[in-house]
Amino acid sequence: MTTLTDGARRPPAARGGIARSFADSLVVTKRNLIRMSRIPEMILFGLIQPVMFVILFTYVFGGSMQIGNSTDPDVYKNFLMAGIFAQTVTFATAGAGAGIADDMHKGLIDRFRSLPMARGAVLTGRTMADLVQTAVTLLVLAVVALIIGWRPGYAAPTNAGKIMLGFALLLLLGYAFTWIGALIGLSVRTPEAATSGGLIWLFPVTFVSNAFVDSSKLPGWLQPVAEWNPFSATVQACRKLFGDPGLSPSDAWPMQYPVWASLIYSVLIVVVFRTLSVRKYRSASA
Amino acid sequence: MPGAIHAEGLVKTFGDVTALDGVDLDVPEGTVLGLLGPNGAGKTTTVRVLTTLLRPDSGSATVAGLDVLEHPDEVRRSIGLSGQFAAVDEYLTGRENLQMVGQLYQMRARAAKERAGELLERFHLADAADRPARTYSGGMRRRLDLAAALVVSPPVMFMDEPTTGLDPRNRQALWDVIKELVSGGTTLLLTTQYLEEADHLAHDIAVVDHGKVIARGTSDQLKARTGGERVEVVVHERDAIAPARGILARYGPGERGLGDVSVEDHTRKLTVPVTGGAKLLAEVIRDLDAVGVEIDDIGLRRPTLDDVFISLTGHAAERAQDEENGADPSAGGRGQRKEPAA
Repeated sequence: MTTLTDGARRPPAARGGIARSFADSLVVTKRNLIRMSRIPEMILFGLIQPVMFVILFTYVFGGSMQIGNSTDPDVYKNFLMAGIFAQTVTFATAGAGAGIADDMHKGLIDRFRSLPMARGAVLTGRTMADLVQTAVTLLVLAVVALIIGWRPGYAAPTNAGKIMLGFALLLLLGYAFTWIGALIGLSVRTPEAATSGGLIWLFPVTFVSNAFVDSSKLPGWLQPVAEWNPFSATVQACRKLFGDPGLSPSDAWPMQYPVWASLIYSVLIVVVFRTLSVRKYRSASA
Repeated sequence: MPGAIHAEGLVKTFGDVTALDGVDLDVPEGTVLGLLGPNGAGKTTTVRVLTTLLRPDSGSATVAGLDVLEHPDEVRRSIGLSGQFAAVDEYLTGRENLQMVGQLYQMRARAAKERAGELLERFHLADAADRPARTYSGGMRRRLDLAAALVVSPPVMFMDEPTTGLDPRNRQALWDVIKELVSGGTTLLLTTQYLEEADHLAHDIAVVDHGKVIARGTSDQLKARTGGERVEVVVHERDAIAPARGILARYGPGERGLGDVSVEDHTRKLTVPVTGGAKLLAEVIRDLDAVGVEIDDIGLRRPTLDDVFISLTGHAAERAQDEENGADPSAGGRGQRKEPAA
């Protein structure tokens, strides 16, 4: 008899804004990580896809690609990796969107929204969990890349610090893109729509860039698009930091200062899309 | 003094669908209000407004003395919500689900863990506590969802169709829990499509239709308006309708003579409101037999939601049709989502 009504009665005192926000986000992050660990096939597919891309691009396109003046497949292989890494982290977007749409669909978002928790925590928790998953994927992918012949410092000297910074920029880009995914997830009607809606726009974003081809060989009108593409900035930054071949010689500011550009773009995306997503979440009538 | 739940003039429209058309409610502390109505009547939308999930277009509401629109966070601290679709994370175990909810109610990790253990025990989920919720049966999920709403023993509870889709045994078990809650002093707003359920659990019933409260009162008061029990007879031949009607009129309330008996010609069915229960049924059979009326079927019917609706509105609850139209737009995200997110 007492179990049901003897609880707190007067609910626990509220913790302060930031502390609560942080604590709630951690609780939700943990929840999403447990979830992910219980669906190992999702992690597996998340790994297989980029590994497949690396292998396909390297061995199918490798021989016919010209980077700068070189048609050496080895040059293309070393050129490609930064692009594949960046593409991989952006694909986490679709997972975040589908996860959030699924939570809405199942009524979990209602549950969360009826709890006295920090407003942004559900979304922050999801994006943080995706960040962890992305980091794991990236690690596996880097090992595969090394095995098939990626050599950091191939074209220019590098060091551990620069390589770490490159991966940090990749993770930041991935994190930024999960906020775009969050907004998509909150805006569509079904998890299925979130999956496809979260993916399709990534193809132009990742292909109209310097990721897989030398952007100076794109049609003239497309070149500025590729050079100012936030995605390209991170790819260029990674090539620069890893000492990979095929840096874009373009005068465009993001190509000249790719590390800063990548950082600014990513932070900007987080700020804008986090704001929009949290606002959407608060009024989500789903 | 306003009750633990108080709403005035709630209006909410989704596009050209008017979900709430001026809902007024008052639930005194420690009592249960049953919100009775078909799908699409506005029950879920009302619950969503009162639990801070949805902002009404106009109107005001307080829960536990706190304004829902002004102080949503404080309101959330004082309420528990158990939904129509069991909102638990199916990949988390029962225990993990309850701990998570506890922590999100700002309980310390250790306290949340203890509370989860207590509730799992109480809801007979201890054996399944460490299995992912997706392996649970429908009844178990519903119990887990309810347990999640009770983590902090909130003074005000909202339950949106808690027993829809449950088998009778699980329904009874859930009723027992609800009664226990109420005897502990919790104020409860419960939505249901079943008159029997409202009858069983609620002190007061508000009947909603098309976003309006069309009647309120105790279950007895409503039943009195509905005519309580009725005897339904299907005669074998059309010619027998007239004599049967004469007999049945004797058992009716006597206000309108033959008019008390409603007749459906094509099904040869006659219905009359009665008081007196099963014993009376035997008398009716004897009387009909005495005048040589042959019957195909006879039964004592208790008032259903449809009866309440027919007597209040002159039309049936239109449940099936509303379901097809996915009527209650705000219930969307969970079942079938027809309404774009605001």
